Amino acid sequence: MAAPIAIHLEFGGGAELLFGSVKEHHVTLPNQSEPWDMKQLLVWIRGNMLKERPELFVQGDTVRPGILVLINDADWELMGELEYELQDKDNVVFISTLHGG
Amino acid sequence: MCQVDEEYNGQLEHRVTPRVSKKCVKCKENTAVLIIRAGDAFCRGCFKEYFIHKFRAMLGKNRVIFPGEKVLLAVSGGPASSSMLSQVQEGLSRDAPKKLRFVPGIIYIDEGGASGQSMEERERAVAQLESVFRATNYHYHIVHLEQVLSLPSSVLEAGSSATEKPQTGSSYKAAVDQFIQTRKNQHPDLSVENAQSHPSSLSMQEVENGGTSPITPEQTQALQRLFASVRTLTAKEDLLHTLRQHLILHTARTQGYTKVMMGDSCSRLAIKLLSNISLGRGASLATDTGFSDPRYGDVVIVRPMRDYSSKEIAYYNRMFDIPSVFIPGLDTKAQDKASIQHLTESFVTKLQTDFPSTVSTIYRTSEKLNTACPPQNTHTQPSAKCLLCVCALDTKLEEFSAYQATLISEQLSQRRGPGPGFTPGTAAAPGLPPASSASQCCYSGGGQHQSCMTGEGGCCSSAKEPETVDLKSLLCYSCRLTIKDMTAEDALPQYILSEAERRKRRSQMREEISEFLLDEEEDEAILRVNGSL
Repeated sequence: MAAPIAIHLEFGGGAELLFGSVKEHHVTLPNQSEPWDMKQLLVWIRGNMLKERPELFVQGDTVRPGILVLINDADWELMGELEYELQDKDNVVFISTLHGG
Repeated sequence: MCQVDEEYNGQLEHRVTPRVSKKCVKCKENTAVLIIRAGDAFCRGCFKEYFIHKFRAMLGKNRVIFPGEKVLLAVSGGPASSSMLSQVQEGLSRDAPKKLRFVPGIIYIDEGGASGQSMEERERAVAQLESVFRATNYHYHIVHLEQVLSLPSSVLEAGSSATEKPQTGSSYKAAVDQFIQTRKNQHPDLSVENAQSHPSSLSMQEVENGGTSPITPEQTQALQRLFASVRTLTAKEDLLHTLRQHLILHTARTQGYTKVMMGDSCSRLAIKLLSNISLGRGASLATDTGFSDPRYGDVVIVRPMRDYSSKEIAYYNRMFDIPSVFIPGLDTKAQDKASIQHLTESFVTKLQTDFPSTVSTIYRTSEKLNTACPPQNTHTQPSAKCLLCVCALDTKLEEFSAYQATLISEQLSQRRGPGPGFTPGTAAAPGLPPASSASQCCYSGGGQHQSCMTGEGGCCSSAKEPETVDLKSLLCYSCRLTIKDMTAEDALPQYILSEAERRKRRSQMREEISEFLLDEEEDEAILRVNGSL
């Protein structure tokens, strides 16, 4: 049984437009039986935070190609991408490198 | 690609295996923070060094910028151009002997009028950018896209290059000497050292006249009308790009800049390469995507960011707090299939996630491209350049080209519509009207053409009514397609229309006196007389 964890989310490069133009979000992920990983976080963001056009942020079970992900200021490719297990007070950043956001 | 299962499967799976706390490949001490190319993990310090080195290496390798030269940095506020600005600052501030030695200025084109932003949003964006620019202490020019409506038609003329550019290898030194010499002759009071040591004093003087000039709601409406008359997003993006280039070029010329730096990253250039092929700009790929773009003659465009991927840029900006301003554009929140450019972007980025060398492969291809015929007759034949993109015209080919085949099939399909008779005067029909191709082959001198015989009438009839200028014959293939997507050509800014009229008149004049011309040289002499009259 994992306790609820608080994480800091940040959106940039135009990705913030899909979240009401707010760049920084402090969110608390609720209790669940297994630990939170990035895959579940994306599902949670899609269900709870995305204001519009989810396909511009999530495609399949991962982020849209062209959106970079940083976990605690490091490339998520180094952290195990979707399998990374989120810890309390983690900082996750999404930066769109696409033209027009 | 079809061999994925056989050969690449192992690599693909290997790529996604978690590699937590991997060490940097360079210093092998610190923990890596990002992967640049497949497998190359860098730590923060090594990445910074690598990034800075790459910018200076790019400029050093190409050797096109002279000491003391005025260089205009085209900054859109986006990550790549903001990063370019920070690299220029870095290069100029260093005390090392290899310090960059040119005089930078900044230009920002406010395109909010075309992408439908409100005045408040535009002002906010400009204010944000101004605070970034002010911090650099370079002088900067904020130009609104509306100002394109009052450009002089001389923008569309290719200038002659001041130096005959012997810019490679050992002759670079000679070129630099020549450059400094001409500079001293022009501004005897301003030596290179002077310009170097007081960039800030220069900037303070010129900011006032280079700053924002107010625009009227009427101008904004005229601009919006222009963009509303374009039917597709593909053509809108292309037109916006063309107008932006004209404004940058005009500012560079009037303010005395001889180089313009664009922040195209290699990811962007790979997308541009593929989308330009799809747009029919294959003939000008080399100038559109190469390191230096000499099409304007007196102002050369350089792309020093072309070795960086958009990922590297985004990480660098994030790690070292490089300010950038997000400004929504024409294609913000657009569907994947909204335009050719947008579709190509999503194609390339999707491919890139599974095949990390996609962008670099496309980009290496673009490096190898060269123009088939170098633009040696830049100043002798002004009519041989496209009216809009100022590239060499690709539409004057011989009889059996793919382009002629396209024209013929268009003519045939049009003939069925209006009536059985083939009349060269039906210029109102959409697409490439027969008159345009006919008159065009007239003045290109290919007299044995069948359509040329019927085309005589086309030339003369358009001479009677100079009000309706047939733009298409003055454009390259791709710009024709863009104009074809416009409902009203007369919505185009006046400088384009009047330059088109001037070129048309000149070619008619040439046509009329063609009997009296002896050879090419004499021909040019008469043209020059005409031009001066």
